Amino acid sequence: MTTLAWKNPFHDKVRLAVTLTGIVFALVLIIVQFGLFLGFLDTTANVVVRSGVDLWLTAPGVPHVNGAAAFPEKRRYKALAVDGVERVERFALQFSQWKLPAGSQESVQVTGFDLDGGMGGPWNIIAGSIEDLRGEDTIIVDQLYLEKLGVKGVGDSIEINQRRARIVGLTQGIRSFTTSPYVYTSFKNGQNYTLLKEDETYFLLVKAKPGVDLQKLKADLRTAIPDVDVFTNDEMRDRTQSYWLFTTGAGVTTLMGAVLGLLVGIVVVAQTIYSATVDHIREFGTLKAMGARNSYIYRIIIEQALISATMGYSLALVAGWFVAKSSETGSAAILLPPEMAVGLFFLALAMCIVASVFSIRKATAIDPAMVFKG
Amino acid sequence: MEPLIEVRNVTKTYGTGDSAVTALRPTDLTVLPGEVLLMCGPSGSGKTTLLSIMGAILSATSGSVKLLGQEIVGIKESRLPDIRLANIGFIFQGFNLFPALTALENVEVALTLKGLSKSAARKRAQELLEQVGLADRTKHHPADLSGGQKQRVAIARALAGDPKIILADEPTAALDSQSGQLVMETLSTLARDRGRAVVIVTHDSRVLHYGTRMVHIADGRLQEQAHGAQQSHQMEHEGVTA
Ligand SMILES: Nc1ncnc2c1ncn2[C@@H]1O[C@H](COP(=O)(O)OP(=O)(O)OP(=O)(O)O)[C@@H](O)[C@H]1O
Ligand SMILES: [Mg+2]
Repeated sequence: MTTLAWKNPFHDKVRLAVTLTGIVFALVLIIVQFGLFLGFLDTTANVVVRSGVDLWLTAPGVPHVNGAAAFPEKRRYKALAVDGVERVERFALQFSQWKLPAGSQESVQVTGFDLDGGMGGPWNIIAGSIEDLRGEDTIIVDQLYLEKLGVKGVGDSIEINQRRARIVGLTQGIRSFTTSPYVYTSFKNGQNYTLLKEDETYFLLVKAKPGVDLQKLKADLRTAIPDVDVFTNDEMRDRTQSYWLFTTGAGVTTLMGAVLGLLVGIVVVAQTIYSATVDHIREFGTLKAMGARNSYIYRIIIEQALISATMGYSLALVAGWFVAKSSETGSAAILLPPEMAVGLFFLALAMCIVASVFSIRKATAIDPAMVFKG
Repeated sequence: MEPLIEVRNVTKTYGTGDSAVTALRPTDLTVLPGEVLLMCGPSGSGKTTLLSIMGAILSATSGSVKLLGQEIVGIKESRLPDIRLANIGFIFQGFNLFPALTALENVEVALTLKGLSKSAARKRAQELLEQVGLADRTKHHPADLSGGQKQRVAIARALAGDPKIILADEPTAALDSQSGQLVMETLSTLARDRGRAVVIVTHDSRVLHYGTRMVHIADGRLQEQAHGAQQSHQMEHEGVTA
């Protein structure tokens, strides 16, 4: 690193503060907007992504995981007969009414899963366990929604669809994108809470034998059971995410927010770096007069941009981490996964370098009037 | 004696069409080793333009410029930095030091451009600052130096590559009389003892006696001045004073 590139940014503390503020602001904006977007995607399809399912069987025309329709559970036996299927579990996911102790009602999504197989079940359990769901009328809810559901925690009892329900466990961070929290219970209880008939199910979840080609298995299942739809887990995730993303105002807003955040961030960084470079234009002119080649000047400008990018990124990451952390208990998740943190670093580098390269043209054309001015 | 600078028939026009400004009309000038050439003339007459052309940082519109016998008009732009690095030291009215660097580091920059190693550059920079009388100011930043000290750092930096040609645009304009004398003393010693060519643009009548020769530019036209005591008299007559 050249002495000049290393010392220039630190010489004028005010200038440095302005530059870093610009970069940090831009990066935090990108973190928040993208984090919200990722949080949105994650929240809409978390129950699918974490389900451990290989293939979903649904009634025909089910658009996404939250829009299920009942169909005969007998299909399960047909599915089990297909080569490559290891096991098939029933799964209920349906809206239902939760009666608060005070008497008013809240909509919830009852999630009844097979306690033995566990596909589609809860994760991040912080109190109680799945085993506790073997008791009659037992449920697990997320602690994020305790207040909304008017309960304090494990041990409280309320009614779902006029049936008693007792909280035996808590999860942490299983958000629902809809305003209806997920309520985990056994499939049997789920049938009762969602008024599903004894011989019906909302989904059949297929676990394939290890090493089975899922596309082929999907085709085989379709042939064997023509009156159901079959989706891989990724397809169900994509259908669910794009449904919520594109058919709700919130989804489109979040997507636009992410795109705008990125654009505004890029513009702010470009502006900041550009003006920081232009500030030193006379020094670059002097260097050229002294016999420095353009490559040397490019090098200094890019090195200075790298220093700014690295410092700005580090500060922004710390700020972004706090934002993401504090969103864990808030109503909207802001995710900052490691891939995004790494990607953001390269984005910051790229933005700073591109912006400084734009200012280079100005810096490498020496105007004698500029260097000679008193 | 081989001239260090040979300017033949050089013209310079800025811009084109309606906005074209003719800054230099056909101009000839030769500068020999050991000469301290003073260039005077009213504001806007083309002094900086001519100096920049001689220093290979501005291209002439037509004519020929030879530095140490090498033609620089019409050669590839990318070759000019090396020519400047090898042959020319610039000194500016505004010093143009790097404010983030110490006096020592300012001089080191020029030496590392020349390809010296970090440690060799440090040692040589120290010597150069000693030569201009700033041995005790090496760690100071430009903001903590007086105008005269700054200009001496700038001179040390210009001398770093041991150039044959020194080009200075109003080097004493921002200095008090005593500092100005010191700067001129240094530059003229360089020409006299080490056979360098020094070209100085100046309005400063206090330093005219350091020149070995003087040219006058008016409206882009260069005139050789008779040498002697009457020159400063004549300048004052024209109202060209510091
Ligand atoms: N980059 C430029 N573009 C257009 N015209 C220019 C440019 N630089 C200088 N000129 C014009 O060329 C003429 C000569 O300018 P120059 O800077 O050489 O004058 P100067 O003698 O150095 O003046 P001063 O004593 O004020 O520094 C002036 O008319 C000036 O306006
Ligand atoms: Mg000038």
